[in-house]
Amino acid sequence: MVANDHVDFDAAEGEVHALLGENGAGKTTLSKMLTGLYRPDEGEIVLFGRTVEFSSPRDALDAGIAMVHQHFKLVSPFTVAENVVLGDQRDVGRSFLLRQRAIESRVEELSRRYGLAVDPRARIWQLSVGEQQRVEILKALYQDARILILDEPTAVLTPQEAEALFETIRAMAADGRTVIFISHKLHEVKAVADRVTVLRRGKSVATVPAADATPRSLAALMVGRELETGRRSTERGPTGEAVLELDGVWADGDRGVAAVKDVSLTIRGGEIVGVAGVAGNGQRELAETIVGMRPVTRGAVQVCGRRLSGGDPREAISAGVAYVPEDRLGTGVAPGLSIASNIVLKAYRRSPVSSGPMLRFGRIRDLARGVIDRYDVRTSGPNVPAWQLSGGNLQKVVLAREFSGDPAVLVAASPTRGLDVAGIETVHSYLRDAASTGVGVLLISEDLDEILAIADRVAVMYEGTVVGERDAGTATVEELGLMMAGAGSED
Amino acid sequence: MRIERRLRQPWWLTVVVPVVSIAVAFVLSGFVLFLTGHPPLKSFHRILDAAFIANGALSETVIAATPLAFTGLAAAVAFRMNLFNIGGEGQLYAGAITGAAIGLLMAGSPSPLVFAGMIAAGAAGGALLAAIPALLRAFFSTNEIITSLMLNYVVALVLEYLIFDSHSYLRDTSGFEASVFPQGKTLPDEATWSSWTIHGLVLPLGFLLAIAVATLVWVLYTRTRFGFEVQVIGDSARAGRYAGMRTRRKILAVMCLSGAIAGLGGASQMGDFRHQLDPQGLRQANYGYTGIVVAALARYNPFAVVLVALLLGGLTNAGFTLQGADFPAGLVGVMQGLILFCALGGELFVRYRVRFAW
Repeated sequence: MVANDHVDFDAAEGEVHALLGENGAGKTTLSKMLTGLYRPDEGEIVLFGRTVEFSSPRDALDAGIAMVHQHFKLVSPFTVAENVVLGDQRDVGRSFLLRQRAIESRVEELSRRYGLAVDPRARIWQLSVGEQQRVEILKALYQDARILILDEPTAVLTPQEAEALFETIRAMAADGRTVIFISHKLHEVKAVADRVTVLRRGKSVATVPAADATPRSLAALMVGRELETGRRSTERGPTGEAVLELDGVWADGDRGVAAVKDVSLTIRGGEIVGVAGVAGNGQRELAETIVGMRPVTRGAVQVCGRRLSGGDPREAISAGVAYVPEDRLGTGVAPGLSIASNIVLKAYRRSPVSSGPMLRFGRIRDLARGVIDRYDVRTSGPNVPAWQLSGGNLQKVVLAREFSGDPAVLVAASPTRGLDVAGIETVHSYLRDAASTGVGVLLISEDLDEILAIADRVAVMYEGTVVGERDAGTATVEELGLMMAGAGSED
Repeated sequence: MRIERRLRQPWWLTVVVPVVSIAVAFVLSGFVLFLTGHPPLKSFHRILDAAFIANGALSETVIAATPLAFTGLAAAVAFRMNLFNIGGEGQLYAGAITGAAIGLLMAGSPSPLVFAGMIAAGAAGGALLAAIPALLRAFFSTNEIITSLMLNYVVALVLEYLIFDSHSYLRDTSGFEASVFPQGKTLPDEATWSSWTIHGLVLPLGFLLAIAVATLVWVLYTRTRFGFEVQVIGDSARAGRYAGMRTRRKILAVMCLSGAIAGLGGASQMGDFRHQLDPQGLRQANYGYTGIVVAALARYNPFAVVLVALLLGGLTNAGFTLQGADFPAGLVGVMQGLILFCALGGELFVRYRVRFAW
C-alpha cells in the first residue's frame, strides 16, 4: 500500500506548520519518515539545505528532529528527569553515574522557559496525561531538537491544557524552532499554525496560509469533492420495524471517563446507518456498548423491542446482534486457532455444531468447507490457523460467521480498514446483501466516502455525542466534515 | 543470522525436534560424566538399568512417576488456558492433608469406600485451595502466578504445624518414638490403596488413576464445548469474551480442576506410598514444581505428561539407586537439568527457523 504518494512539503525555521488530514490520509507515515522510522521509497528529505538519509530514529535525533508521539514513550516508574535524559548521548546523559541534580536543574530551566510546568522529581505514573505530554516535549527540547513533530497532541488534552500547549508551541517557534503540528481539528489548526498542508489519500493537496483559510475551505480540502459517484441509489427496499433502538445511552471509555454521552439512535431492518466521525470520538465505545462488551452506564439499548441489560456479549448475541469488530485479529478471531474453529466461535454452543457437551467435528468441518467455498476464502484448508490469512480473507471469515447467526442487527466497526480495493468491494457488497435481507446495519467508519457510498443515513459523532443525523442521499461532504471537526453542530 | 517464525510447522518436526534434543542432552551429559571421571557409556547403561531394566526397577520408577504425572497434568490443564497455576505444590499438600484425614476418619469402613472417600477428599482439598487464586484472578484480575505460588508456602507451614507444632488429629501422639520425633498417624490398612502386579511390574492405584485422569482431560480438552472455550480463551481472552464465553466461570473451573488433580496426587501419596502425613518428605520431593517442568516438556499433552513423568521418575529413581561414594546423586540432577534445557531450548526450532544470511 502506498501511504504517501509524492508528498511535497516544506517548513521554515520558526514556523508552526500544520499537517491536516483525515485518518489514513498519511500524516503519521509522513512523520515516521521524517523521524527515521520508515524510509521513503522515492524522493528526498532536505534539512537545512542538505539532503539527508535517516536509517534510524537516532540519525533523525542527531539531525535535530524529534517527535512527540500520540502514544507516549515514557518509562512510568522513572522520574521526569530520568525520562528526559533517557537516550541522550551527550555529556550528562552519557556519564556512567546519573547526575540527578544537574539534569533536574536543566529540566527545570527548560520548563520555566517554555511554560511546561512539571516537577522533574515526580514519577511518570503520578502525572496526568497532559503532564506526561509536557515531559515528551521537554525530552525533545532537552535534546535540543530544531524541528519538533507533534502527532495529534490535543487528542488527549482538555481545552485548557490544549490552550497551554499552544502557548508553548508559540514560544518554541519564537525561539526559531520549527513545529510540525499534526491534527484533524480545524479550529486548532487555525489557532496555532502559520501554514497548513492538507493531505488526502497520501497526497499533499494544498499548502495554504492559516490566516487565509476558513474551517469550511479546510474541510473541503480535507475530504475532497470527487465522490458524488459511489453513492447508494436512492431507491431502496422498504425498511422494516426498528431493530435497534438506543435511548440516551452513556458508557465509560477505557480510562473510566464517559466516552459515549447520551446517544439516541434508531435503526430499522433493511437500513444501513453510517456513524461518521474522527477516530476517538466514542464510535468504538458505542459499538462495544451495543454488542455488550462494554457496560451501559445510563440509558437503554433495545434490540427488536427487547431491552438488553448490557455488558454481556452472550445476551446481545442471543438477542440477534452480530458484530464485526475493528480489531479483527485478536477480538474478531482467535488468531492461533484454525479457520474452522473460528467459524464456529459463536455457534459452538448450538445444536448442529455440538450435541450436549460434545462437539461434532464432522459438522464443524462441513460448515467450514461450506464457508470457504461460498465466501471464496483463499486458503489451503479449514485447519490453517487464522493468523495466516490475509486481512481480506480474514474479514470474509468474520462476516461469514456473523451472517450465519441470522442476526437482526449487524454492527460493523471499520470493516474495511487495511483492506485492498477488491476486499473493500467484497465487504461492501456483503453489507448491502445483509441489508437487503432485512438486517439493520450500523456501519462505523472514519471514511466518509465509504459511508456515503453504502449508507442510507449518516449520524456524526463528536466527543461522544451524536451531533447530527443526515440523509446520506442529500448530505454534503463539507457539511459532514464540519460536523466531524466539531465546527458546525447546528443540529 | 536471523530467526523467523515458521509459517507452517511440518508434523514431523514435533517428533524429530524432541528426539534430537534429548540426544543432544545425552551427548552433553556424557561429556559431564567423562569430565568427572565416569566412563559415559557404562554410566548410561547403569542409569538405564537402575531406572527401567533391573529387577523391580520399573516398579520403583512408576512410584516416582505417579506424583509427577498428577502435578504435570495439573499444570498442563491450567497452562492450556494461559492460567499459570504455580500452586501445584501447595495443592498437593492440601490433597494429602484432606486425604489423610478422611483415611483416618473412615477407619473401619470397607476399603473401596475409604479409597473413594480419600480420592474425593484429596480432589476437594486441592480444588478449594486453587479456588483462592482463581477467585482473585476472575474478579480482581490478580496475577495468579504470584497468589498461587505464595499459597504454597502457606500450606507448607500448615503442614508443618499439623505435625510438629500442634496436637492435631493427624499427629501421632501414642508411642514413645512419636513423642521424641513428631510424625503423622499411620493410616489404617483399609486406607492402603490397592495395587496390581503384572509380570512383576507393580501398578499402584494412584498411577492407574493418573492415566484415567489423563484420558479424561484429553477428552475434555479436545472433544467438548468446555475444551473449545478453554482453547479460545487461552488463545485470545478478548475473542472469548467477544464470542459470549463466560470467561470468569472458565477461570474458576479450570483452576479448580487443576487444583483437584494436584490434590489427587497428594491423596495418592497418602494412600499409595507414604501412609502417614510426612511434611518433610513431601516438601523435599518438590513434586509440584517438577510437575510444571513435566507439563512444559510434554507440551501440555496429557498422555505425553504421563510419559515424561515416567522418564523423569526413572532418572530420579536411578539417582536414588546409584548414589554412593563413586556416583554422587548430583550427577543425575545434572542430567535432568540438561535434558530440560535441551528439550525446552529445542522448542525454538519447532516454532521458528534459523536462517543464515549475511
